[in-house]
Amino acid sequence: MIRRITGWFNRHPRATLGALLAGPLGWISVVYLGSLLILLMHAFWSKDSFTGKVEPFNWTLDAFVQIFSNPVYFTIAARTIGIALLVTISAAAIALPVAYYMARIASPRKRALLLVAVTMPLWASYLVKIYAWRTILQTNGLLGWAISPFGLEGPGLTEIANSWLVLTYLWLPYMILPVYAGLERIPNSLLEASADLGGRGWITFRRVIFPQLIPALAAGSIFTFSLSIGDYIVPDLVSDAKFIGNVIYDNSALGSFPVAAAFSFVPIVVMIGYLLFARRLGAFESL
Amino acid sequence: MKRFKGVTLLAVLALLVAACGGSTGESAAPSGDEKPAGWLEALGAAEGELNLIIWPGYAERGEYEGFNWVDPFEAETGCKVNVTAMTDSNNGVQLLQSGQYDGGSFSGDASVRLMTAGDVAPVNVDLLSNYAAVFSGLKNQAHNSKDGMPYGVPHGRGPNLLMWNTDVVTTAPTSWDAVWDGTAAVNGKISIYDSSIYIADAAIHLMAKRPELGIKNPYQLNEEQFAAAIDLLEKQRDLGVIYWGSYADQVAGFASGDLVIGTTWQFMANVLGGDTTAPKVETVMPEEGSTGWSDTWMMATKAANPNCMYLWMNHMMSAEANGQATVFFGEAATSEAACDYAETIAPGHCELTHASDEAYWESIWYWATPREDCDDADAATTCKTQDDWVEAWTTLRGN
Repeated sequence: MIRRITGWFNRHPRATLGALLAGPLGWISVVYLGSLLILLMHAFWSKDSFTGKVEPFNWTLDAFVQIFSNPVYFTIAARTIGIALLVTISAAAIALPVAYYMARIASPRKRALLLVAVTMPLWASYLVKIYAWRTILQTNGLLGWAISPFGLEGPGLTEIANSWLVLTYLWLPYMILPVYAGLERIPNSLLEASADLGGRGWITFRRVIFPQLIPALAAGSIFTFSLSIGDYIVPDLVSDAKFIGNVIYDNSALGSFPVAAAFSFVPIVVMIGYLLFARRLGAFESL
Repeated sequence: MKRFKGVTLLAVLALLVAACGGSTGESAAPSGDEKPAGWLEALGAAEGELNLIIWPGYAERGEYEGFNWVDPFEAETGCKVNVTAMTDSNNGVQLLQSGQYDGGSFSGDASVRLMTAGDVAPVNVDLLSNYAAVFSGLKNQAHNSKDGMPYGVPHGRGPNLLMWNTDVVTTAPTSWDAVWDGTAAVNGKISIYDSSIYIADAAIHLMAKRPELGIKNPYQLNEEQFAAAIDLLEKQRDLGVIYWGSYADQVAGFASGDLVIGTTWQFMANVLGGDTTAPKVETVMPEEGSTGWSDTWMMATKAANPNCMYLWMNHMMSAEANGQATVFFGEAATSEAACDYAETIAPGHCELTHASDEAYWESIWYWATPREDCDDADAATTCKTQDDWVEAWTTLRGN
């Protein structure tokens, strides 16, 4: 019997592969994709507006109609994407000189110290860092105290710029590390060749280093952009602002699952678009 | 690689179908007689565990000195209590419907929805020895009974209050105008409850300020009344309001001085009063009246631990537990005996909270669910629904 089964599998290599993949693929499809599918299916289900109960398989487009007919959802999506882009740009602007110093100028000892310093914040809990920023930013906080001699007040916890600041702080290491790795990969000979051809610092950076760093920057930006677009705790705690994640969370916490599910299509579509764009820039080769 | 795609896809599909097949086999309730689902004829052995949805402060175990009614319950019954705090009633409904809880303490805007949906079970009060002593004004009300059957036992009731920092707001306010009109001293530091139910507070303000709108019930608003309430809320938001989702946010804001006036529960004023480093605060029930709540412990129809839930409901009506809990939260106790016990912890508590003063409660609009039929007999009128309220709140907060 066993011989017959093995013989059959031997003659059917595709079936062998199928059987081998069924386990791991089954896990990923049932547990991961299956739950995602059920989540997304909620977007097309109706809900009793009084008792709040979702009616499964009672198909409707009400949730999408609500999202498209109320401009607030567009405002929220635009705000989230805008802040995520700002965070990405500012993280890149800070990461470039820091990573350059680490990779090209610092002594090996300093480099090790800087690497530890950059990764150190990742050891602390995300929430602890956000609450630390709250104590800095609140009206009578550390920042307010530091600038009070100049007659200025702390920003308080309602400014949208706070989210930009805190998200940039949180995701900066995820930008510095790939850029640092990308810089290390550029052979010295290229820089020497550029110098031999008369390229000064700025020209060398612009025409030799930067083009080679684009994949690394794109890789880092996947982290900063996707983590920012999905965050809902920072905007809530330091800005009192609504991001896409807050609307999804609020609606699911309040039982409006169809609206939450429908709105979750927005970050999914945006991220797929962004990943395709990053792939064109070569991000996945430098991860 | 391409040629294997078909195979893997088939494997995935087969597994998905298998997985979905399992979840559609919903079992029908095996009720042989006319007893409603979840009905308990007699108390059985305690299950050893109890999972509750609570309002913050409704299940204390000694974090604040002198307030502990969970540990004695666990010691007496052997039911280990796990709690999840809800942020508002909508959240409470969603949590109970998730099916992981035995019950919870629900306000009227949640309890009626849960009764209608069949998510909570009618309670056999004959099994609860402490039920007889409860004030009759709290029994068989619209928010805790259906078809003449009690669906839970009362926990306590109280109004939403106006709280202010006495260092900043030096003349004691007597009306809600302070949070709707603002002043230079408080703008940017106004604290407002982050829940769609707060639209009713705007409606109460309109009942006093714009009688021509004809609002009779702040929870049942027609198109025009609703638009006026939202308009008022938008103006309020632009004064620089900070919305509190959890009571701890509000307490932290008042303690740091980032908040100086706003809507609150007596509970937060009590917490701030116990913090010697926080600015001094006071509360008042404004003259226009207020929204409020009358909370009910209810049992989920599909409770896994119904006996522990019954024991808990009975415990929460006992003089000791109810006296402590209502003093702790700053709400009215539910029986004369609980009142007497409360007086031993906080003298004057029962008069202060109008525990048995039914006339006082006439001026309180208990939280209720907005309904399309306006919750009245007139078939011609239609009102904004719960979903409309939630969406309007999302819009208000999202812009």
